[in-house]
Amino acid sequence: MIHKFKQGGLHVVLDISSGAVHIIDEMVYDILDYYPDVNIDQVVEKLKNKYTEEDLREACDDIDSLINEKLLFSPDNYENNVQFKNRKPVVKSMCLHVAHDCNLRCGYCFASQGDYQGSRSLMSAETGKKSLLYLAKNSGNRRNLEVDFFGGEPLMNFDVVKEIAEYGKSIEKLYNKNFRYTITTNGMLLDDDIIDYLNENMDNVVMSLDGRKTVNDKMRPIVGGGSSYDVIVPKFKKLVDKRGDKDYFIRGTFTKLNLDFAKDVKHFADLGFKSTSMEPVVSEPGLPYTIEESDLETIYAQYDELAEEMLSRHGTDEDFGFFHYNVDLEQGPCIIKRLTGCGAGSEYIAVTPEGDIYPCHQFVGNDEKKMGSILDESWDSEMSLVFKNAHIFNKPKCRDCWAKYYCSGGCHANAYNFNGDINIPYEIGCDLEKKRLETSIYMQAKIMLMEE
Amino acid sequence: MKHIKTVTKGSFNRVASTMGCGECQTSCQSACKTSCTVGNQACENK
Repeated sequence: MIHKFKQGGLHVVLDISSGAVHIIDEMVYDILDYYPDVNIDQVVEKLKNKYTEEDLREACDDIDSLINEKLLFSPDNYENNVQFKNRKPVVKSMCLHVAHDCNLRCGYCFASQGDYQGSRSLMSAETGKKSLLYLAKNSGNRRNLEVDFFGGEPLMNFDVVKEIAEYGKSIEKLYNKNFRYTITTNGMLLDDDIIDYLNENMDNVVMSLDGRKTVNDKMRPIVGGGSSYDVIVPKFKKLVDKRGDKDYFIRGTFTKLNLDFAKDVKHFADLGFKSTSMEPVVSEPGLPYTIEESDLETIYAQYDELAEEMLSRHGTDEDFGFFHYNVDLEQGPCIIKRLTGCGAGSEYIAVTPEGDIYPCHQFVGNDEKKMGSILDESWDSEMSLVFKNAHIFNKPKCRDCWAKYYCSGGCHANAYNFNGDINIPYEIGCDLEKKRLETSIYMQAKIMLMEE
Repeated sequence: MKHIKTVTKGSFNRVASTMGCGECQTSCQSACKTSCTVGNQACENK
């Protein structure tokens, strides 16, 4: 199976099962409409008015060479792989909801402005410690365990964050684990001491900002109104200035109200942030900010504009990264990960302030999807099995999709929220994912040519 | 080859026999939290 596309004057073909990527000329692009389903003579007959027979035969030879090297139309045997069939997932990462409360009132918040349809509450240090202990004890041979301090706004419970993080480090040796911490914050409560603590103890810091001041403040007002941009941008800059080489993301959400989001990502870069992310809002149909199918072409053009901007800055002091364009074509995640996706409900769980377990942060507040409790270590293994089995081969739409080994089936929560079934992916999400992947692959091809 | 330039030979086949170690990061943990791109996660054995 292959996927070919044109972008920025390049013709590109991706071999789905090997991950190989090739830049091809227009003739090969045309030939691949037919070949190798038909033989070379038939290809010549179909395309003789556009190309010479000699050239067509030469191009088919090139294609044959790649097929022989298993770099084009390579066989796909992953579904029946024994390791895949017999895999036994263990929980290895956790989204820890240390605060179901927030000091912003973001218009699009999937967490209902921080309370997840429940009462506003903070996690106790005891529940947090039990959660990390649970992770250490239930993660089998996996050494690297990820914990995301999440909310609401986790800095509203910062002392408990510190206590939990320090506890995790204290049990690492005993269980032969390495805890990796991320915190996702809106930045409102950052001060010098907290910045220093996060830079020292968090492996990754995700900072929420939607871009330009007008865009950010429209959807991310302070409780009672007022600009959050003016408060948080200087704090985020200070954190990043002091962070050195450690990972961070400045992360925004775009909605139908700012479909020109490439300007917001450029704004991040112009503020000096090198590691950026911008996510399409996921919301109910019919809301004024909900992205609709009719917005797709505009969004695609924005992804193109962003890519060209990044290419124009490549190799200069002004360059920057964008999360969805960071696809490692040489060595990304292992193949089993590509088949099974995000791992929600089997490798990844979310824990609420009350210790309730959900398949991921986006299911929190949906009683039907509560799958256990950290407090009594209850665990709905039947529900976990349903999530474990929600891999690309059990999703009819994914089986024949060229992007399946990069997207890996998409977001279960989006699928459930839009289609009532975790095995039926959210269509607009698929379209956007495919556009981002094509653009990422195109950029890498372009960079290779620029550096030749 | 005159008509084709290979950008990458891909990585999938290199680990196809073992399917990989499974240590790679959970995709949602890094930055997105609302969508899923597995392909941009890093390999722990790199």
